[in-house]
Amino acid sequence: MNFLSSYIYYIGAFGLIFIGLFIILVKHNLIKIIIGLNLLDTGVNLFLISVGYLHQGTAPIFGKGSQVTPASMVDPVPQALVLTAIVIGASILALALSLGIRLYDHYGTLDLTEVRGQKW
Amino acid sequence: MIILATVIVVFMLGAAIGIFFFKDLMNAVVASSLVSLMTTVLFFLLQAPDVAMAEAAIGVALVTGIFVIAIRRTERYEK
Amino acid sequence: MRDLLSIRGAIALGLLIIITLGLVFATADIPFGDPKSNVGTYYLENGRRETGAANLVTSVVASYRALDTLGEVAVLFIAATGLSAILAAGTKRIDRKLEEASLVLATGCRLFFPLILLFGVYLFLHGHLTPGGGFQGGAVIGSAFLLIYLGCRRRKVSNTKTDTIESMSGLSFVLIGLIGLMIGGSFFLSNFLPKGEFYSLFSAGILPLLYIAIGLKVGSEFAGIIDNMMEET
Repeated sequence: MNFLSSYIYYIGAFGLIFIGLFIILVKHNLIKIIIGLNLLDTGVNLFLISVGYLHQGTAPIFGKGSQVTPASMVDPVPQALVLTAIVIGASILALALSLGIRLYDHYGTLDLTEVRGQKW
Repeated sequence: MIILATVIVVFMLGAAIGIFFFKDLMNAVVASSLVSLMTTVLFFLLQAPDVAMAEAAIGVALVTGIFVIAIRRTERYEK
Repeated sequence: MRDLLSIRGAIALGLLIIITLGLVFATADIPFGDPKSNVGTYYLENGRRETGAANLVTSVVASYRALDTLGEVAVLFIAATGLSAILAAGTKRIDRKLEEASLVLATGCRLFFPLILLFGVYLFLHGHLTPGGGFQGGAVIGSAFLLIYLGCRRRKVSNTKTDTIESMSGLSFVLIGLIGLMIGGSFFLSNFLPKGEFYSLFSAGILPLLYIAIGLKVGSEFAGIIDNMMEET
């Protein structure tokens, strides 16, 4: 239980990175590869936020009547970086899907083995 | 709190494995939005409310909508 | 299942196990939950005094690290322009039969649209006091436009208006930074407006103005992306 409580977030983040990379490497359909790219992005963001956590920490926001001291807040720098990274990931996904739509218009199929002419 | 985090991580990894095995692309997109939803709850448990709000608005609603529009313009089933 | 048992699947599995083991060994020295950095501690202790914002993540995004936000604004602009340029050269097939939405669906969508817009504007106006900010408010505004495109197809958002709002808000973001450079001395860090009292709406210098620009830009960007992708159906 002690091992699980220390590392459960890392296990979740590494699992998402593993499954995302596996889908990108093995699958043939272009839309499924793009879904795997989204999974990889989500896993990396989860890992970044879980690095900045503090035991018994609170959110870095001051309230009107609360007595939160700055010494007990979690790190605000990874949260600022991940906020930007989420929006950039979504816009890159839209650009990749538009390329997929043009590929389908030109070749008539989304299967990458037929487009590249590979055998395996 | 640890039990809640463990259950949510197991659910998230199960949905991610389901993306690999689904042949209908609409099912895969719904499973991807489920992964984003579980990540939102995990962000809240890690004391980051700004990031949880951003992931809920962008990862669950907008990315799923863009995927559905793109699938509608191409094929629906993976061979 | 056939993918897992081929040669490509086996090679990919072996490579990924090596990569995951490498990641696990690399993060064995990063214990979960111990204080790690000194930069974060400096921002936490001096953020309230120097910027006047109650939300410290806002003060990091829009005041201490505003150059990263400028880079993000540029990447968003390039992605949206690239998407409209790629999709404009394609073929437009209009060979699908559209089904008219029922009266309940169309009326409900039109009723909810201004309420969702109001919620998005509330989120980015109060970004320096509560959790929220420009990116979250902009995404909510974008999803309001997605509701209009999915529900009632007769109302179409005009293309020139979204392009004008997007360009103007991006330009005003850079202009506010340049005015700070001319008056104060540094690019984004000089708060040339008064800090005001704590917790009121008009506090924290230029932070609300920056977040209004970012919120309008992100919202109109996502509306433009959805409009370009749904062009022919």
